[in-house]
Amino acid sequence: MFLIMVTKENALQRSNLLNVLWDIQRKRRFISRDDMKKIAKEFSISMIELEGVISFYHFFHLQNAGKYTIYLNCSTISQHKDYQAVKKTFQDELGVLIGNVTKDNLFGFFKTSCIGLSDQETSALINNYPFTNLTPKKVKTIISKLKKGQSLESLSNYPKDNIKYRPEKDAKTIFFKTYTKGEGLKQLVSLKPEDVIDLISKSKLSGRGGAFFPTGMKWKLCRNNKSDQKYIICNADEGEPGTFKDRVLMNKYPGLLIEGMTIAGYAVGATEGTIYLRAEYLYLKDKIEAAIKDFEEAGLLGKNILGLKGFDFKVTVQLGAGAYICGEETALIASMEGKRGEPTTKEYFPVEKGFLGKPTVVNNVETLCTVPRILEMGLENYLKIGTKQTPGTKLLSVSGDCKKPGVYEIEWGMKLKDFLNLIEAEDPHVVLFNGFSGECLSEVDFDREISGENLLAEHIQFKFNDPIEYSRKMSGVGLRSGGSFMVFNKKRDLIGILKNITKFFVAESCGICVPCRTGNFLLNKKINKIMFGHAELKDLEEIREWSFIIKQSSRCGLGKTSTNCLLTAMLKFPEEFKKHLTAESNFNHSFNIENAVENYNTIIQEIESTYE
Amino acid sequence: MNNLINITIDGKKYQAHEGKNLVEAAKENGIYIPTLCHFHEINPPLGTCRICTVSVNGKTTTSCTTKVYEGMEVEINTPELLNTRKAIIEMLYAEGNHFCPSCEKSGNCELQNLGYDMGITNSRFPHVYSNKVVDFTSDRMIMESNRCILCKRCVEEIKTKDGKDVFSFVSRGVKTRVHIDYEQEKKLTDAEAMHAMSICPVGAILVKGMIYEQPFGDRKYDISGTLKETEIHTDFIKRNDENKFIVATTSLAGCFGCHMSLLDIDLEILDILEIVEFNKSPLTDIKKFSKRCDIGLIEGGCANSENIEVLKEFRKKCDILVAFGECAIMGGIPAMRNFVPLKECLEEAYIHGLTSEIGTNIIPNHEDIPKLLNNVYPCNEIVKIDYYIPGCPPNANHIWKVVKNILLNEEYSITHEEFKYD
Repeated sequence: MFLIMVTKENALQRSNLLNVLWDIQRKRRFISRDDMKKIAKEFSISMIELEGVISFYHFFHLQNAGKYTIYLNCSTISQHKDYQAVKKTFQDELGVLIGNVTKDNLFGFFKTSCIGLSDQETSALINNYPFTNLTPKKVKTIISKLKKGQSLESLSNYPKDNIKYRPEKDAKTIFFKTYTKGEGLKQLVSLKPEDVIDLISKSKLSGRGGAFFPTGMKWKLCRNNKSDQKYIICNADEGEPGTFKDRVLMNKYPGLLIEGMTIAGYAVGATEGTIYLRAEYLYLKDKIEAAIKDFEEAGLLGKNILGLKGFDFKVTVQLGAGAYICGEETALIASMEGKRGEPTTKEYFPVEKGFLGKPTVVNNVETLCTVPRILEMGLENYLKIGTKQTPGTKLLSVSGDCKKPGVYEIEWGMKLKDFLNLIEAEDPHVVLFNGFSGECLSEVDFDREISGENLLAEHIQFKFNDPIEYSRKMSGVGLRSGGSFMVFNKKRDLIGILKNITKFFVAESCGICVPCRTGNFLLNKKINKIMFGHAELKDLEEIREWSFIIKQSSRCGLGKTSTNCLLTAMLKFPEEFKKHLTAESNFNHSFNIENAVENYNTIIQEIESTYE
Repeated sequence: MNNLINITIDGKKYQAHEGKNLVEAAKENGIYIPTLCHFHEINPPLGTCRICTVSVNGKTTTSCTTKVYEGMEVEINTPELLNTRKAIIEMLYAEGNHFCPSCEKSGNCELQNLGYDMGITNSRFPHVYSNKVVDFTSDRMIMESNRCILCKRCVEEIKTKDGKDVFSFVSRGVKTRVHIDYEQEKKLTDAEAMHAMSICPVGAILVKGMIYEQPFGDRKYDISGTLKETEIHTDFIKRNDENKFIVATTSLAGCFGCHMSLLDIDLEILDILEIVEFNKSPLTDIKKFSKRCDIGLIEGGCANSENIEVLKEFRKKCDILVAFGECAIMGGIPAMRNFVPLKECLEEAYIHGLTSEIGTNIIPNHEDIPKLLNNVYPCNEIVKIDYYIPGCPPNANHIWKVVKNILLNEEYSITHEEFKYD
């Protein structure tokens, strides 16, 4: 019964597991033991392995999650808007606390990490339909209308693109200008695959998800691996809190993405492409699939594309299921294979052994969208834009304390302070640059430029202990970002923001290695200690030491970068921490005897009344 | 693979076969890199435990996932890396609930052995108090999650004949656990079940009836081991007017076993009395501090409000506090109640228990009776502790050496036999 939506030919392939689980989750609102037994049998895996997969993804539930499953975004930007009031209204209207399901199983109310709508917070997803700019009043209306049976589709509001800026001239613009279908793709007629790779290498295009690995090199490595099958995967799991530029790109220019993937396929010799779309962007799926269909009908996808013999390529969409770590390419591949989204040890890189053991290229949406534009405008014109190391433009997703949140396409090389003026930042104090795994910037950094020039090795960049040395050594160093740009004014509580960040990593760590799994949990406790005014100077020293240990020994990029914001915040805003500190003593202030025996007092009362 | 190449480890030059795993390549050259998840059959390496973290050409990475190549420069034993590895072990102790004195695998446990090797006396990290289950459901096996370090060995290695997983990770983040599939477990042969138990580096996977094979003293890590050089603290020496040091001792939530061990110093106790005067202590039956003390020895963790009060008083009245024994260091046996709701504990003890009189239904409760805390806490989570002496009970010589060091600033080293967690 549940295999209806899966085509017959690949019904038992493990890579279909997530689709099957989604089918059941959407129809029944949870995956029951009975369903699990059937699935385990069909896929020939043990029950426990299946439970391992289901429990890894937070959109899959083992208990009924309600006919309407509400996920309220609890990330910093949402908190700074109406989160508290909206949460309270949901709780009052539904009569359950967050994390619970109503008795009639009509509503489930949960919190979730950033859902890629930071420019229109407070936002929520209900059965993955988006609801933006929520207010208590709006929430009341939504709930009462849902109770009356109105459809989610009619109530939800499709997110606005909010494109706020692009370079004035078309010649300086890569993304946000007129798009003609097939314009980039048709350049392939006169290019050999090697030529394409050469062109992309010379363009210095690098991974725009934030890792900045040279795209040309990645393609070349993949091309050089002989295989009967290769894959192109578009990483559309835009999970870094504060970023939403891929959402806008896919919504506005799905064709550009398809072309980019097709060109990549041509270059490396792959015939299959998959867009791994985060489940938070389910509402984009139909649009992307319509564009794919459109391309197929126009002969721009399928067999012998552009009439080039043997140039076959197809694109499909694979839905994720709620796991930040799946933005890491090896975790993403594991997830596509129907497994827990755990990163590998990089014994092999995806270009060697990737999806189903075949050479695979994983590229970000923005990276792939740049490709057809480079072909279309020509390398020479492309290199005229931006800086030497980072030609072209960059998309930044702006949110927080500024007048104009939204997506910005800027030429690489813009000074940070000019960018802050552009977005009309209000009294900018802290900039969270490159998301929760990025860094905290302060006034010292405002003269730096947004580019990939004069970069320092990461282990140097995060080891500064002295603010003066930092500003001396870093002033000429460029700033690179995957796209997240959150700005905060002086009134915002930095410790509160950091708490949100560490909580995020506690929730999103895959759990495979102890430094990340437990290290982040312990740091979160330390931040609580600071917030309650129980911390001493030595706690700050410990935070620093532990952060380095986590950074040094974690298994993948998540753990290695999870403490960057905390470390840079401590370096640049020491006063924000010191104002919470208490005097050194031999006693742990966070232990409170009243709290520790509170339990006992109530239990004694309970027992006495029970056995009276 | 057969090409010999040159590598540098901690400044010295060695030869190794190209492409060999760094852990193995170092081992062939007589250099030990500690690991927990790695074992020689596993391929690809798991890279889960992170203990073999080293520096390769200036970048930290794990040795088990690194293949050696010509000109590779490796640093293994820099102070920073030694500290990182120690911290990872300590973090494993903090996240799990490791009670060596009551663990079937004690003495044969790889985690414990690394703790011994690194001279770990306590964890720098606060306890996670994670709620983990002991799963007895399967007919043959016990899955003791409190001890599991999530190395993934069993998940990758133990499969049924038809290729299905018997163990799997479930959930994610700090809630990740290894669960067992009862149905698949039945399909394993006895030999395979024993293999699962033996590849578990800790005591998380147990086969019923097949434990406690070797007696104390003969277990794997009882026999092999090295001396432990311990840090010398120099800033504490102080004598009182009569030239005698003043020592106080107490037993909080403990069994007095540590005090018994203290008496095992035998004749040397006469030497001690030459230089030491006992103040508040069960040994002297002095109930109240009559003067300031140089050293306070604490046995037992904190289970109730009185323990907290006594501990805080010790901190105020003593210059140096020494936690001795597992209970004082990490809660020990009394802390095993942390995984059972306090209400259940009380009902079991006073109402449903076999020894409670039917129909009495009374839980002793009076303002003079100390109140139980929500958890049993190690002493260092309440006050600052200066020294730790592990063991259940700690070895008498170990206690004596530490006290002597503090009082006389004498250098000392602890033998492997004297340094135990159980």
